[in-house]
Amino acid sequence: MSAMQFGIFTVGDIAPDPATGRAPTEHERIKRMVETALKAEEVGLDVYAAGEHHNPPFVPSSPTTLLGYIAARTSRILLSTSTTLITTNDPVKIAEDYAMLQHLADGRVDLMMGRGNTGPVYPWFGQDIRDGVALAVENYALLRRLWREDVVDWQGRFRTPLQSFTSTPRPLDGVPPFVWHGSIRSPEIAEQAAYYGDGFFHNNIFWPKEHTRQMIDLYRTRFEHYGHGPADQAIVGLGGQVYMRRNSQQAIAEFRPFFDNSPAYGNGPSLEETMRRTPLSVGSPQEVIDRTLQFREHFGDYQRQLFNVDGMGLPHKAVLEQIDFLGEEVVPVLRKEFAAMRPAHIPDAPTHESLKAAEIG
Amino acid sequence: MKRTIAVVSAGLGRPSSSRLLADRLAAAVERELHERGDETEVRVVEVRDHAHDLVNNLVSGFPAPELQGAFDVVTGADGLIAVTPTFAASYSGLFKAFFDVLDLLDDNALADKPVLIGATGGTARHSLVLENAMRPLFTYLRGVVVPMSVFAAPEDWGGAAAPDLLARRIDRAAAQLAVEIHRRDAPAVRDPFEPTPFEDLLGAG
Repeated sequence: MSAMQFGIFTVGDIAPDPATGRAPTEHERIKRMVETALKAEEVGLDVYAAGEHHNPPFVPSSPTTLLGYIAARTSRILLSTSTTLITTNDPVKIAEDYAMLQHLADGRVDLMMGRGNTGPVYPWFGQDIRDGVALAVENYALLRRLWREDVVDWQGRFRTPLQSFTSTPRPLDGVPPFVWHGSIRSPEIAEQAAYYGDGFFHNNIFWPKEHTRQMIDLYRTRFEHYGHGPADQAIVGLGGQVYMRRNSQQAIAEFRPFFDNSPAYGNGPSLEETMRRTPLSVGSPQEVIDRTLQFREHFGDYQRQLFNVDGMGLPHKAVLEQIDFLGEEVVPVLRKEFAAMRPAHIPDAPTHESLKAAEIG
Repeated sequence: MKRTIAVVSAGLGRPSSSRLLADRLAAAVERELHERGDETEVRVVEVRDHAHDLVNNLVSGFPAPELQGAFDVVTGADGLIAVTPTFAASYSGLFKAFFDVLDLLDDNALADKPVLIGATGGTARHSLVLENAMRPLFTYLRGVVVPMSVFAAPEDWGGAAAPDLLARRIDRAAAQLAVEIHRRDAPAVRDPFEPTPFEDLLGAG
């Protein structure tokens, strides 16, 4: 795999196509998510990541089932999450499920931790959203131990204590999956990622670059503070959202009704204003290339770029066409351009193989 | 010492009676501070100018640069004069939206900040809007609301003996705000990206 990873990530929302008023069924949406993952592998993308949600209109409540199925039907693409709820999932179950997935996928697995921002999900799983950061801190500290220590004695605030507990299966080759910490606006999570020397992912869609930059700068500074290496060697991932057609006028005309009807974007700043201020990139493949190359100027050399291409009711055919654009035109150029600008001391995106080599080395 | 006074006025007309009241309050506070040896700068935020950006922030989650500029004026000021028209027995929705969004972005924005509240309305019968709506709002936001508040009814702008009474209330309220501003240090602008050592987060569990 190359120095930088490119891929797609999905939220897994169900929404009607504004042109027809028809929404896919849950069954259709789930099957189409699998097809987008297979397509991503086919066109040479590096990563497929799926979200985790526990409320409609979102379907992916069971990420390792989905990713395990995709793992069986792919051979090369790395499977990840966007995000895994470190707050409301039992860290013991995360340790077990993802170690199992790691074995089945021959190491093609990493995770992105997130807190989740849907208030009622916390009480549905016996927690309180006001403990969000404390849950993320305690649960992740336990998860790390479960993957790194064969026998764990543990006591904490949020789950029942453990005595002589061994999480099985043990991580593949004794190497736990790489972890990214995703947060849009909590400096504590950037601090957590820096403390452990883990990756930090800023899903910068919806957010202006000035804000994203403050979060990433904080993570880089603290990564260095905790002795993991210079700030520019911290492991950074970024989101993005794209919709492409041969010419930008057509892309904008096709995308606008989905934008205007989107629960996240609709009735807010206009499409044009949103494109100016956030990473949303609607236009020709060349425009998406130019826009994505700017991320490096704003945030420094980074390791992972994930694009959102589905959701908001976009027709499946158009989604697959976006993945074709990415695989055939956008990502090959981005790989070349980013690599040409990348100083030699910038670390590659971590993979199971690289972590295993580091472990042995 | 140089003191900055932020004025937030939510009148909709141009000119509005809310702005008229706000300007008179600001001038009186400046006068009081000058008497105490402070230099002053008044910075006015007309909420009307940010109406669309406020709604956009509510639905999209981040401020337009101009709106952020208005919030910075308030957050960085030594004292705040807030004036709203009375709508349906309360502050206007637009006025509330301004402070809702400010609080969403920085729930510490008004902590320990001296605040003088004012309101205008179509009849003096609305004057309790200050005590029933405005004061609890700014107390919730942890501002230090001075005891005097100033309501201007239509008759306060003209008529026989009325102007004197309004001017006297303005002066007394302004003096209270000036005292609170004068005895404080300049507000420390908090950096939300100031790191919390992770050991503290681990220990907090």
